[in-house]
Amino acid sequence: MHRNVMLFAGVGLLFVLTGLMQSWNLSLQIFNIGILSAIMALGVNMQWGYAGLFSTGIMGSVALGGLAVVVVSAQPVPEAWAAGGPRLLLSLAFGLAVIAAAVAAYRRLAGHARNWTVAAILVGGFFAYRAIYDPAVTAIEAFNPAVYGNIGGFGLPSLLSWPVGALFAGVAAWAIGKVALGLRSDYLAIATLGIAEIVLAVMKNEDWLSRGVKNLVGLPRPWPVPYEVDLQKSPEFIGWAQSWGFELITSSTILVKLLYMLIFGLVLLALIWVSERMLNSPWGRMMRAIRDNEVSAAAMGKNVTARHLQIFIIGSAVVGMAGAMLTSMEGQLTPGNYSPLRFTFLIWVMVIVGGSGNNWGAVLGGLLLGWLWLIVENAGPVFMGYLTYPLPAGALKAHLIDAAPHLRLVTLGAVLLLVLRFSPKGLIPEK
Amino acid sequence: MLNALVAFLNFVVVPGFAYGSQLALGALGLTLVFGILRFSNFAHGDTMAFGTMWVILITWWFQSMGISAGPLPTALLALPFGIAITCAFVLATDRVVYRFYRQKKAASIILVIVSTGVMFILNGLTRMIIGPEEQSFADGGRFVMTAQQFKDMTGLQEGLAIKSTTAITVVMAAVCVGLLFWFLQKTRTGKSMRAFSDNEDLALLSGINPEKVVMVTWIIATALAVIAGTLYGIDKSFRPFIYFQLLLPIAAAAVVGGLGNPLGAIAGGFVIAFSEVFVTYAWKKVVLYLASVDLAPTQLLQLLSTDYKFAVSFSILIIVLLFMPTGIFKGK
Amino acid sequence: MSEPFLIGENMTGGYGPVDILHNCTIAVEKGQIAVIVGPNGAGKSTAMKAVFGMLNLRGGRVMLDGEDITKLSPQARVHKGMGFVPQTSNIFTSMTVEENLEMGAFIRTDDIKDTMAQIYDLFPILKQKRYQAAGELSGGQRQQVAVGRALMTQPKVLMLDEPTAGVSPIVMDELFDRIIEVARTGISILMVEQNARQALDIADKGYVLVQGANRFTDTGQALLADPEVRRSFLGG
Repeated sequence: MHRNVMLFAGVGLLFVLTGLMQSWNLSLQIFNIGILSAIMALGVNMQWGYAGLFSTGIMGSVALGGLAVVVVSAQPVPEAWAAGGPRLLLSLAFGLAVIAAAVAAYRRLAGHARNWTVAAILVGGFFAYRAIYDPAVTAIEAFNPAVYGNIGGFGLPSLLSWPVGALFAGVAAWAIGKVALGLRSDYLAIATLGIAEIVLAVMKNEDWLSRGVKNLVGLPRPWPVPYEVDLQKSPEFIGWAQSWGFELITSSTILVKLLYMLIFGLVLLALIWVSERMLNSPWGRMMRAIRDNEVSAAAMGKNVTARHLQIFIIGSAVVGMAGAMLTSMEGQLTPGNYSPLRFTFLIWVMVIVGGSGNNWGAVLGGLLLGWLWLIVENAGPVFMGYLTYPLPAGALKAHLIDAAPHLRLVTLGAVLLLVLRFSPKGLIPEK
Repeated sequence: MLNALVAFLNFVVVPGFAYGSQLALGALGLTLVFGILRFSNFAHGDTMAFGTMWVILITWWFQSMGISAGPLPTALLALPFGIAITCAFVLATDRVVYRFYRQKKAASIILVIVSTGVMFILNGLTRMIIGPEEQSFADGGRFVMTAQQFKDMTGLQEGLAIKSTTAITVVMAAVCVGLLFWFLQKTRTGKSMRAFSDNEDLALLSGINPEKVVMVTWIIATALAVIAGTLYGIDKSFRPFIYFQLLLPIAAAAVVGGLGNPLGAIAGGFVIAFSEVFVTYAWKKVVLYLASVDLAPTQLLQLLSTDYKFAVSFSILIIVLLFMPTGIFKGK
Repeated sequence: MSEPFLIGENMTGGYGPVDILHNCTIAVEKGQIAVIVGPNGAGKSTAMKAVFGMLNLRGGRVMLDGEDITKLSPQARVHKGMGFVPQTSNIFTSMTVEENLEMGAFIRTDDIKDTMAQIYDLFPILKQKRYQAAGELSGGQRQQVAVGRALMTQPKVLMLDEPTAGVSPIVMDELFDRIIEVARTGISILMVEQNARQALDIADKGYVLVQGANRFTDTGQALLADPEVRRSFLGG
C-alpha cells in the first residue's frame, strides 16, 4: 500500500514540476486530459483486466461519446430540421426496421429460402433506405453549409451528454459484442478495430450529423464551468483576482481548468469507488474466474459469453462517457483528431503499464502516460534541440527536430514491450 | 453496350485486380505468420509502411545518381534492398521480443499485444525518418495502354487504360504467389513450414528446427509485406497512416480465406478488393451506357461513399465470422 | 545379455509437482516387442513418455544401447535412434501421405527412397494413397501413416502409444501383424496398449503397471497364463 501511495505521489510530483518549470496552465491541461485518460483506462481495465477481452475499438467508444455531446448539447438548427429532419428520422427508423426484418427472417426460415429472403430484404431495404435518406441529407446539408449544413442537436445542458455518451458507446458495444464475442480472441481484436474505423468514417462523412471534417465548434460547456471571457468581465472575479494579486487572464484560464479538474476528479473518484465495489463483489470474482479459466467456469455453469457481453458493454460505456467529457471540455468535435494510436493503443499501454486488473493501476497508468504523451510532444523538439546542438544548422538538424514529436510513439512502444517483458503485472499489480 | 462493358472493365475490374493483388500479398504474409507463430500480427501494416519507406528512400537515392530501370519504376530496383533492411529489422524484433514469449508458450493474445508494441515502434520510426506526409515515388512509363490508344484501336467512346503500375502489380503478385507455392509445396524447408503449421508437436518430434521455421516465415512474410507495400505505393501513393489502416482489409482478407491458409489469403484478398471497388464505384457511367435514363448530375449511383470502404471489409469479415468461422477455405 | 537395449530404470516423476511414476522400470531387448498394460490412469503413457524424455524425472535413468540419455530432449533422442508415435495428432493431416513420410525423414540427409519403398511394401495401401491428404484417410490407415512416419528415421526403437485406439478389431489384428513384421527387421518395439489380451499375445515382454509402479513383469505368454493377472486385468 505504501509503495502505491509513493507511486501516486511521484506522478503528482511530475505535474507539480511541469507547473513550476513550464506553466500551470499546461500542467493543469495535461492533468485534466490525464484524468479523462484514467477514466478510459478504467473502462479498458474492466474489459481486459477483469475479463481478459482484447478490444481495439476503444477509439470508437471515445468518438461515440463525442458525438453524444453534439446530439445532446449542440444548438438546434431549426431551418435544417424543417428541411429534412422528419424524413431523415424516418429513413433511419426504416433502416433499423430492415435490419430487424432480416434478423427475423433469418430466425424463422431455413435453407436456401432463408438465404435468398435475407439477401433480398437487405439489398431491397438498402436501396429503399437510400431513396428516403439521400434527399433528406441533401436538404439538410444545403442549408448555410459555411456555418451549419448539419441538423444540430437538442440544445440541452452539456452534462446530460455524458450519460448519453455512455449509452451510445454501450449500445454499439452490445451490437459488436453480440457478433464477435465468443469467437477467438484475435477475431474480437480485428472486428473492434474495424468498427472503430467505421464510427470515425461516419463522423467524418455524415456532414448532416457532425459537420464531418469541417468540425463542429461552439459546443456549450458543462455546468458550472464559466467561459474565460465572461470571467474577465465579471467584477467579482476581477476584484478577487486583484485582491490576491493574480494576473487576470492567466487566473481566469486557471480557474476554468481547476473547475474541470474538480468535476472530472469527482467523476473519476465515483467510478473508482464503483469499480472497486464491482471487482470485489461475487460478480467481480466470477469475472476473474472466467478470465483465468474459461473452460472450467463454463463447466461450472457460468454463461461465459453473456458475462463477457455484460463487461464489454460496461467497459465501453465508461470509455464513451470519458469521450463525451473530453469533447465537452474541448467545446468542439474534430473527427480528424481521433486516431487509433492515441485513443486505442495508448489507453492499452496505460492499462498494462499501470497494472492489468487493478483499478488504481489503471488510474496511475492513465495519469502517468497521459503526462508522458503530451510532455514528450511539447518537450521532444526542445530536447532534440539540445541533443543536436553540436550539429551544424541544416536539413538534417531541422529534420531531426521536426521528427522529435514522433519519438513518443517509439518511446511508448518500448515502454509497453519492456513492461510486458520484465514486469507483466504492471506498476500496481492485481491483488 | 460494349461501352458499358469497357467502362466496367476500366473502373471496376482493372483496379480491383490491382488492389486485390496488393491485399493478397499482404494477407499472405499475415496468414503465414499466423500459421507458424499462431498470432495475428498487428504490426503487419506498419511493417509494410516501414519497408516501403526504405524502398522510397533508396529509390530517391538511385534517382539522384541517375540509375533507373528504363520503362519500369526505379522502385523495383530498390525493392530487394528495402526487403533486406526490413527483414533485418523484423528478425531483430523476433530475437529481442517475440522469441521470449514463444519459448514461454505465452497465450496468443499476449503476442497480439506485444505486436502492438512493435507496431508503435515501427510506426514511430517510419514517421521520424520519412515523416507522416504523403510521398509519391512512381516513375518509369505511365501506361501500358492509354485510354486514347484503346479508343483509336476499337473505335469505342469509352477508353480502357492500363497503367503500367497496375500491370506490374498483377505480374509481380502472380510471380510472388507462384514462387511461394512452389516453395511451400516442393522444397524441404517449405514442406517443413507446412508441417509445423499443421502439427507443431509432431514437427518437433520429426526433428524440424522451430527456430529455423520461424526465421524463414518472418523473412517470407516480411518480403511479401514490403512487396505489397511498394506495389500499393507506386500504384496509389505512400502515407504511413494509410498503411496502418490497410491492416483492416488485409486481416479481413486473411480471415475470410481462413487464417493460416495461403490459398485462402489470396482468394480473400480478391473477395475484399472487388467488393470494396464494387460497392464504392459510382455506377452512373455504366448505367448511362446501358439504359437511356435521365439522371441528375448529383446522382452518382454509388452504393456507398469511398470513405466507407472499411465498412465493406468489415461487413464481409463479420458475415464470414458468423457463418463460416474458419473462412472460405478451411483455416484455423 | 547383461543390459537390455533400451531401459528406463527406477523412473520417478510426473508433469507437475505430483509424481505419477514411482520407481518404475520398463525395458526392451533388441528386435523384441515389449508391451505396457494396466488399468486406466495407471501411468502407462506417462511411463512411455518418461522413456522418451517428455517429462522431468526426479529419480532413475534412461539407457539406450549402453548410453545414458536421461538428460536428452525428445528431439535429441530421435537423433539417437528412437521413434515415437503419439496416441493422437500423430500425422500431418493437411499434407499428403508421401509428404508425411518425407517429414518423418526430416533429420536424414541421405537418400530416403529405399526406406520409403520399404514402408510402402509394409503398408501397400499407403502407396495407393500416397498423393492423398493424410487427414482424408480412415482411422486404421492414419495409424499406418503415423507408424510409417516414425519408421522413416530408421529408428532402432519404435515407441507406440496405443496404436490401436479407436480402430476396428480387424484393423487392429492387421496393425499388430505389421508391428511383428517391423520387429522382425531388428527394431525394438515398446508399446502401450489398451487391448491387453491381444497385445500380450504378441509381446515378448509385458509390463503390468498399477498406480505408476510395476505390478507384474514377465513374458507376454506367462502373463496371459497367470491367473491373478487374468482375474485382475484381463477380465477373467
